[in-house]
Amino acid sequence: MIAIFKREFRSYFINMSGYVFIGVLWLFSGIFATALNLIGQYAAYEYALSNLVTVLMLIVPILTMRSMSEDRRAKTDMLLYSLPVSSTEVVLGKYFAMLAVWGVACLGMGATPVILGMFGEVNFASAYGALLGFFLLGAALIAVCTFVSSLTENQLIAAILGIASSLGLYLLGSLVGMIPASAIASLIGFAVLAVILTAIVYLLTRNYVITSIVGCVTVIPLAVAYIINSEAFASLFPKTLEYLALFDRFYSFLGGIFDVGAIVYYISFAIFFIFLTVQSFDKRRWS
Amino acid sequence: MIKVRNLTKKYGNHLAVNNISFDIKPGKIYGLLGPNGAGKSTTMNILTGCLAATSGEVKVDGHDIFDEPLEAKRHIGYLPEQPPVYGEMTPREYLMFVAEAKGVPFEKSLRHVKEVMQLTQIYDVRNRLIRNLSKGYRQRVGIAQAMIGEPDVIILDEPTVGLDPAQIIEIRNLIRKLGRLKTVIISSHILAEISAVCDHVIIISHGNIVANDTLENLEASASRNNALTLKIKGDKARAEKLISSVPGVASAEYSENGGVVSALVIAEEGADIREAVFNAFASAKMPLLDMHTNETTLEDIFLGLAYGSDERNAYIAEPEEEEEEIGEEKPKAKEEDDYKPLFSASDDEEDDE
Repeated sequence: MIAIFKREFRSYFINMSGYVFIGVLWLFSGIFATALNLIGQYAAYEYALSNLVTVLMLIVPILTMRSMSEDRRAKTDMLLYSLPVSSTEVVLGKYFAMLAVWGVACLGMGATPVILGMFGEVNFASAYGALLGFFLLGAALIAVCTFVSSLTENQLIAAILGIASSLGLYLLGSLVGMIPASAIASLIGFAVLAVILTAIVYLLTRNYVITSIVGCVTVIPLAVAYIINSEAFASLFPKTLEYLALFDRFYSFLGGIFDVGAIVYYISFAIFFIFLTVQSFDKRRWS
Repeated sequence: MIKVRNLTKKYGNHLAVNNISFDIKPGKIYGLLGPNGAGKSTTMNILTGCLAATSGEVKVDGHDIFDEPLEAKRHIGYLPEQPPVYGEMTPREYLMFVAEAKGVPFEKSLRHVKEVMQLTQIYDVRNRLIRNLSKGYRQRVGIAQAMIGEPDVIILDEPTVGLDPAQIIEIRNLIRKLGRLKTVIISSHILAEISAVCDHVIIISHGNIVANDTLENLEASASRNNALTLKIKGDKARAEKLISSVPGVASAEYSENGGVVSALVIAEEGADIREAVFNAFASAKMPLLDMHTNETTLEDIFLGLAYGSDERNAYIAEPEEEEEEIGEEKPKAKEEDDYKPLFSASDDEEDDE
């Protein structure tokens, strides 16, 4: 895993994408800090970070787009498959390499509160707490986009799908408000999700048995649960979607709250998508 | 070393590898031979853990490639069809990466990588970017990668495809050199390739193993041929009578051309009639101008096994040099054959050879 990590980490600085990623983040961090903190005379770097979220959303997919897809295109995945290294180690090596690039970017941004401190009073705990939250938000987003990259061998498609997923996760919080909260609407929402899941399983496996099992496992408990206790379904679907709204969790950090729940949430979100990426990487062996 | 048992791989409904079993023993160079799409690469990918089999088992040094992949993969070095090299790295960096990933300790890997680079003759280009190297060098970097970590078996999938003739010879020499140190498995769809370097040949066709033997045995079975070409000075009717009196003759065809009779004699299975034919003509004082068995080459065997028995029979019945004399009499059915230009049968198409 360490070998893969080192190779990947170096490759980001050989092919410039690491420099571009860090450079763009620092540039916009500087712009927002200048506008809000220096010109706006506001001592909280957190607000610059909250504006930086939109930049992050667009630039993380650029960092991750080649992570898994490039190996498939260049056939170097054959090397990774034949090395005495497990798929989990391969994916983790790649993920930690991206995380390290992202970490370097965050470390650099960590200088801003210090600079601001030279001109006035800064709440360092709040600023660095927010930066940690920002780092974890990025870490979760990198995991999502790495998974997207593992689905295709075309970097451009990986980037576009990555941006679309980030945007979806970003807008999810506001979209949830538009979904009706009634029990029957929730049931329909879950049913649609179940159908989509089943369709994806079919597309991946082309196996009727597995597909029907997945279909039954998702639909039957749903129907049973609804018949037993339809009350519980009220507003359950919007709440579930809200749970997936990755970006909303970050805003509690902006209020100076060190939200341990959000930290656990981001880490588990990242682990879940790394798990999916490992499955996707492994699955190609079975195609 | 490697044990393959009842290996099957299906892609959807397409059967790529059909229930094959074979053993790889240490210290030999094995050749996996078959036409394109026969299942060679699929088999190799399964052996190296790059692809999962539908059913069957592969054991490398007693470790199952599916159950204990990491243990099994330590014993294998693999060069896939396309060398899996990173263009933005230099050969040295790349091999150091592979060494680390294969768990070679750092101090040892410095020396080991240097040795491998010298053996594969890429030491001179060690600090150039791989993407700027020629195909031949990239191929050698790929072979070097397979050698890193001193695996017991080195598996090379079509190692000479796309190289120029000089590079092909270099790679073949390298494979021979490797064969002295390790067990090597190479695949190819070119027979000359395999017969040039391998001790043992496994011929695969449509996902099945159709031959699995040493090169010598295959050649021996090839020359165990029962067709005899004769040129006799004299009368056709007398020659016919003499030949039919020889025991063990199954059938014969004749043609006469200016006092010389040409005959294609097919002996019964396993019978060697050369001596009897000679004695018969000698006692009748009829001079035999020429007598030779129709050598079946390894190429014929390969084509026959790999492409089906019809073509094979067509080739075996076909004398390669004697068209002028017997060509007329032979069945012309193979005129439609795809491979006809290679072994043209009729007189006026000689130039095609």
